[in-house]
Order: sequence, then C-alpha cells, then structure tokens
Amino acid sequence: MATTSEKLNRRSFLKVSALAGGGLLLSFNWLSGCKPKELEKLGLPKEWFGLNGYIKIGKNGLITIMSPNPEGGQNVKTSMPLIVAEELDADWKNVVVEQAPLDTDNFTRQFIGGSQAIRIGWIPLRTAGATARALLVAAAAQTWNVPANEITTSAGILEHKASGKKANYGEMGSLAATLEIPKEVELKEISEFNLIGKSHKNVESKNIVTGKPLFGIDYKKEGMLIAMIIHPPAHGLRLKSFDASQAITMSGIRDIFQIKSHQDDYERTFFDTTSFTDLVAIVGKSTWEVMNAKKAVKVEWEEFSTYDENRDWFGRKEVRTIPKGLENHDLQTQKMTAASKNAQTVRKDGNPEAAFATAAKIIERTYHGPFLAHNCMEPMNFFAHVQGDQVDCAGPLQKPELTEQALSARLGLPLENINIEMTRLGGGYGRRSYAHWLIEAAVISQKVNAPIKLIYTREDDMTGGIYRPMYQATYRAALDKDNNLIGFHVNAGGLVEPPLYANRFPAGAVDNYLAEEWIVPSNITVGSFRAPRSNFIAAAEQSFLDEIAEAVNKDPIEFRLSLLEKAKNNPVGDRNDYDPERYAGVLNLVKEKSNWDQKTEGISRGVSAYFCHNSYAAQVLDLKIENSQVKIEKVTQAIDCGILINPDASKNLCEGAVVDAVGTAMFGELKFISGAPDRSNFDQYRMIRLKEAPKEIETHFVASQVDPTGLGEPAYPPVFAALANALYQATGKRFYNQPFIHDLNGLA
Amino acid sequence: MAQFNLNINGKTQQVDVDPSTPLLWVLRDHLDLVGTKFGCGIAQCGACTIHLNGTAVRSCQLPVSATEGAQITTIEGLSENGDHPVQQAWMEHDVPQCGYCQAGQIMTAAALLQQNPNPSDEEIENAMNGNICRCGTYLRIKAAVKTAAQKL
Repeated sequence: MATTSEKLNRRSFLKVSALAGGGLLLSFNWLSGCKPKELEKLGLPKEWFGLNGYIKIGKNGLITIMSPNPEGGQNVKTSMPLIVAEELDADWKNVVVEQAPLDTDNFTRQFIGGSQAIRIGWIPLRTAGATARALLVAAAAQTWNVPANEITTSAGILEHKASGKKANYGEMGSLAATLEIPKEVELKEISEFNLIGKSHKNVESKNIVTGKPLFGIDYKKEGMLIAMIIHPPAHGLRLKSFDASQAITMSGIRDIFQIKSHQDDYERTFFDTTSFTDLVAIVGKSTWEVMNAKKAVKVEWEEFSTYDENRDWFGRKEVRTIPKGLENHDLQTQKMTAASKNAQTVRKDGNPEAAFATAAKIIERTYHGPFLAHNCMEPMNFFAHVQGDQVDCAGPLQKPELTEQALSARLGLPLENINIEMTRLGGGYGRRSYAHWLIEAAVISQKVNAPIKLIYTREDDMTGGIYRPMYQATYRAALDKDNNLIGFHVNAGGLVEPPLYANRFPAGAVDNYLAEEWIVPSNITVGSFRAPRSNFIAAAEQSFLDEIAEAVNKDPIEFRLSLLEKAKNNPVGDRNDYDPERYAGVLNLVKEKSNWDQKTEGISRGVSAYFCHNSYAAQVLDLKIENSQVKIEKVTQAIDCGILINPDASKNLCEGAVVDAVGTAMFGELKFISGAPDRSNFDQYRMIRLKEAPKEIETHFVASQVDPTGLGEPAYPPVFAALANALYQATGKRFYNQPFIHDLNGLA
Repeated sequence: MAQFNLNINGKTQQVDVDPSTPLLWVLRDHLDLVGTKFGCGIAQCGACTIHLNGTAVRSCQLPVSATEGAQITTIEGLSENGDHPVQQAWMEHDVPQCGYCQAGQIMTAAALLQQNPNPSDEEIENAMNGNICRCGTYLRIKAAVKTAAQKL
C-alpha cells in the first residue's frame, strides 16, 4: 500500500500550566467502571499531584488523565487520554479518565465537530504526556543523584539500571509537581508506541452497561425543578399570546411564563441558530406533571413579517433577511429549480462552455436530498442554576466555548461567572452544536430562581427547527467521440445553504471544469449534520461518476483511478484540496479486500469513495433483493485516517457510519407543509433497525505513518452512493432522490 | 395522587404519584433510577425497556397503577455487580458508542435469552428490532447477544 510519510516535529514547545494539586473528584463507584480487571488496579491515593492541566499523579501511582473534549460516541474519552498516556509511559490499567469541564485556560478547542479532535489534539496531547514524564524523570534524577538521561520509564515505573534504583510515578509525583516545566520535550518515534495502535476498551463501558447517570438528562441537583418549553408548531409563526389559567392549577406546577432566548437585536454567531426565540416555559416538580400541564396551555400563534437578523459568522458581518410565510415542500422545490438557473460560479478551469459545445455526448443528471432531523436518542436537555450573577450549567453540548459566549451575552454576565460541566452526549451528529436550549434553561432558572433541568420531548426535539438543509445538484459530463471526459459541470444549491465543495475531486482531474452554487432563502433553519454538505454531495457525485463510467464502458473503480492518476501527474488548477495518491489508496485497498473482480451470482455491488474532514474512505456494498426486500449482505470499507489510535473503537465508529448512512439514504426525510415539519416522532420518522442493517461490515485501515485525522464523519458520505450504485445493478434503475425507499417501492 | 408499593429490583419502594404516571418517570424522577432512558415516549424506540415479571416492556407506556404486585427489574437491578452475561458480552464486544440506547438494548436481550437461551439469528433480529440505536451499533449488538447466549 502506497502511503506518504511525514516526519513529526519532534520538538514541541510547551503551553501548559500547573494545576493546583489535590482535589479528589472521583467516586469509588465511578472508578470501578474504568478498569476491566479489579485485582490488578490500585485503589484511590491519599494525595494527588498535578503535573499539568491533563495529568494528576496519585501518591500510590494511580494516574488521572483529563479528557478535554465532550464525548458523544466518538470514543475520544478513551482515545485522547490514551495519547497522553503513551508519551507519559503510563500503565494504562492504572489510569483513570476524568471528563474535563470547559476550561479555556488549560485546553483548546473543546469541541465535537469536523472530526478534528484527534488531528488537532495529536501534538498537544502528546506534549502534555511527554512533559509530565520529563518532570518525573527530573524528580528521580534529583532524588537518586544520577543523570536524567540514564533514567528509563516503562508502564509507570522509573528506573536507573546502573544503580538498580526503581520507583513508581507516585513516589516522584510530589517532587515533580514542584519542578520547573521544561521548555522543550522529546516526543516518541512512531516505532516506540506501546499503547497507540493497539485496541483498548471504552473507559466508560461498565458505567454504560450498568445504567449509571452519565448523560445530561440524568443530571440532578437538590431542589431541582423540571422545565419544558412550547415552541411554535411551524416556521413562519411566532408566539402571540397564551392562556395558562387551567394549566397553572395542575398538580406539581410551579410557574408558566414567556421567555425570550435571544434579544431581537442580538448579533448571532454561527452556532446561535434557532428559529424560535419566543417560547412558553412550564416549570414544575416532575416531568410527567409538567408534560401534562404543557398540553393544557392554550397558545395562539401569529405569522411574523419579514425581518432582518444581524450575524457575525466567524468575523464576517452580515444582515440576513428572514422571509415571512408558511412554506410548503412543493413550492420550495420549485424555488430551488428557479434558483439553480441563476447560480454563482465558484470555480472554472479551461473552457467548459467550448467542451460542452463540441462534445459527442453529454450526460446530465439531477439529484435531490431532503431535510433531515438529527434525532439524537437523548432528547435535547440542559441543567441550569442561575444564582444572582453566578451561573452553573451541566449537560450535553458540542461547542461549550461558543455557547458560553452566547449565554454571557444573553445574561449580561462575564464569562468567568459561568461554569459549564460537560456530561456525556446521547448522540450529537451536529445537533448539539446549536445549544439554544442551554440559553433557554438559564433564562428559565433565572426567572424561577431555582435549579432547573429543561427537557425537550421527542416531538419538541424533532420539530425544534435545526435540520440538514434540503439540497439539489445537477451534474453534466461532456464526452468526446473516444469517450474521454472532456468537460465536467456541477450546479448545486440548497435551502438555505449550498452543499458544494468546488475544489474536491473530480476538480483537478478534468481540463474543463465548472462549479456553480446557489441558495434559496427561507425561514426554515438549518445546521450542521454529520459530515455537513459532504453527506449529500458525495452521494450525488459518486452516483454520477458511476453513470459516466458505465457510459464510457469502464469499470467504476478503474474509471475513478484513471481520473486520480491524471490529478496526480497532471493536475488542473492549484487549489485541489485532496491527495490523489491517498484517494487512490483507499480505492485500491477496497478493491482488493472486497474481491471486486470476483462476481457472485445473485449479488449486486456498488462502489463509492470520498474525501472529507482530512480522511479518505471507500466502500463496496453487496446486496440482493429478496421477497421485495433489499438485503445488504456485506459492506467492505477501506479507510485512510493516518496513524490509527485505537483500532477496534475506530472500526466501531466506521461500522456505525455505514449503518447510519444506509438508514438515512433509505428512509430519512422530513418535509414542510404550511411551515410545519410532517414528522414529529419515530412512528413517522423511519429510523434504520437491526433487520435492515448490513449483515456484515468489514473495515480495513490503510497502514500509515501520517499524523492521524478524524473518523466521526469521513466514512459516512460515500455509503449513500455505494448503496445507490448497487441498487442500480439490482434493479436497472438509477436512484436520484433520497430517500431511496420511494423509488424502490414497486421496483423491488 | 395515590400511593403505590412497587417491587423494584427485589426491594419494595413506596411512591406517591398520579396513577397515570408512566413507570419510566416514576423510576427516573422519584426513585433516581435513571438507567432507564426516555427516548420517544410512544413505545417506538425501546430506550425505556424494563422487565415486568421477566418480560421486556416499554416503561414509557406503562402506567404505574398497572405495576403494583409485579416484579420490576431495571438495568440497575439486572445483576448485582454489573456482570450479567449480557452486560459482560456488551463490554467484550465494546458495543456502545454514545451509549444512550444500550440499557434498553441490554434489557431486551436479557429477556430474550431468559425465554430462549439459544436464539437463531432470525430470532435475535426479531427480538432486537424494536430497539433503535442511532449510532448504528447493530452488528455488535447481534454479536454480543450470541456471545451472551453461549455464556448462559
């Protein structure tokens, strides 16, 4: 397997600060969940020594490693501390992992999003481990009066072979914590890794399988009340008035009132999206009582007029006009078709107009993707307690740092008065980046002057107004008389964001290339959804390439490889943002592992590959149609994410991406009728279930020495097209519209 | 409001709640047994699965008034030390991603194996089909049920 190799920058400058020592934050119960084998592990130490923001050494040798980022199933709570432990030379079975709170002094980018945690954390996490190790070595050198470079470390033990001296880390922790932090440390060579690259179980497994309170919705504080909200039933509506005269008399109800999550003139940043700022809040003693009272509140809604929203999107100031009206699916589709005729050129190479004018054959296809709801299994929720000018919050969210800023603006309190504790997320997929519910919870707590936990019902959640945009893309290919691809044109847009990445493959592989995009304004609010934009455009592009390959009588893998060969040897333009060699690498690997050249009677196969979020993925999907049911027999996938940190957990994540994508491609959709989503719970919104999942998924990783990149998203986008292309082989019909279930009905 | 004496995880617990309160909210709000999860509230996702006299049921649709006298088991009471064969198999296969649905999955699997210690692939699929896993860990769930069956 051809892989590129990058030399690590082994000198790493430090930006770590000392942590106040002491502070026992763990319970025994929690601790018992972290290790598989009870007998081998150490008990709790009498004293902890903080070596930096990530690491505390217990007097007995037990080590606490902080996991900086929120955990929502990506397994960073295991893999990030594992990277620290590698450079620390810690004994993994005597490491306990603790979730760090939001702490912008000690940690950077405490986000879930963009599959970036491992990529961006790679050097800082290793540096934190190496620094702590250097301090322990220095402490031992001083204690034993021997040169530091003669001391070796292994599995939490310091050793000076010449003098026969040995100590565990805990014995040196006290002195190490007082020493000056070195300005530079050596990082290990890849060949020296002991922990990275070997499978380690999820540190939270035992707590999950025994039902421990890990999630935001499980959070509880003394005197806590339960809160729920009522939001408008449709986009285009706002709260006019409400009558809670009956509801307020109901059992357990404390208060019912109106709240405003953002002031009208608030300048919104990227993740401040929320459709419904004026809400009715119901607060009471228990969830069931609040749910019942919620139904008894009579609310009147009114249509709002077109208004302007002030935005500051990563420094780009703009005023966005939000149109009035109760939108319908059919009209939205018509508007998209109209908008596509008035698109903006994003990239142009060569002379695409001439290529299409002289083409012997032109293929043109249009693809559609619906709005999607994220449907995290844990409905949106957050705990908040506002006491005077002090705010304590806890719950699941993806971008705590940004949400804290929004909350600070809303309450008019400085950031240092706000504490955000991060609980485990019962799924995120982008939805928990838009943490308007945290603001709502804090405003409610402030009003009732009590700790509250805000909980959305499933219906509140699904109709809550953050969706994957509705997309459309038209692709055109120009072929000459010898079936060479001489022109390529993509025109893509969405309501209200476009899905296009103009500099991705096949840009750079075709001499005459045109990429255009457009948007349709709307009052429907959209947001990031697992592999934003890629989750649609990969499906369209990779289905279209399959059709071109067929038109030019080439094997679909060979056709892609020939384009990648051109992009590598003779690239068009200098803005291509992919590595053709690594792209070809996953295609070659999946070809080999799936025995692509070997046909099986009754099995239809489709292939697809994509690059996003810095990692490469390719899949071959095998299916058959039996009794009018699609049965996915096997998915073989090849992934290149650089150095693999925790192989089995990585596999799990990529398997999940396949299942999630198959389900979304087959069943996922949400439409708007008079501004209201047509689905509000799982009886209407079809989710993939065990019987519909592929029977087998085989995941292969490219062996690599390149710095690691992320895995939460990259395996997801290509699956859609692998499925569409396999369905074509089985049915003779191309699948242009998601979800595929509609076009399958009657065919299969 | 009415008083109910409930037999939960082998212990008798008294609660004073509205008789229509689903057992899910009695467990979560009144007894601090939050391992049983709220997912949909309409018995479609399986996150709230518990055992009622050994049978897997959806606690979000089960009024507390219908549970008096029955033996209720939640994820917290499935085993004393978290070492029920199904829990062990879940850890062995490192099944969870976000983990939110897994208590419900485990309770469904444990009830299946209680009634049918050697289920076929099809029987596993039928039994587990009512539990949604949004992260898509279905293949590991299936493999873990098979492993647990061997251990029982």
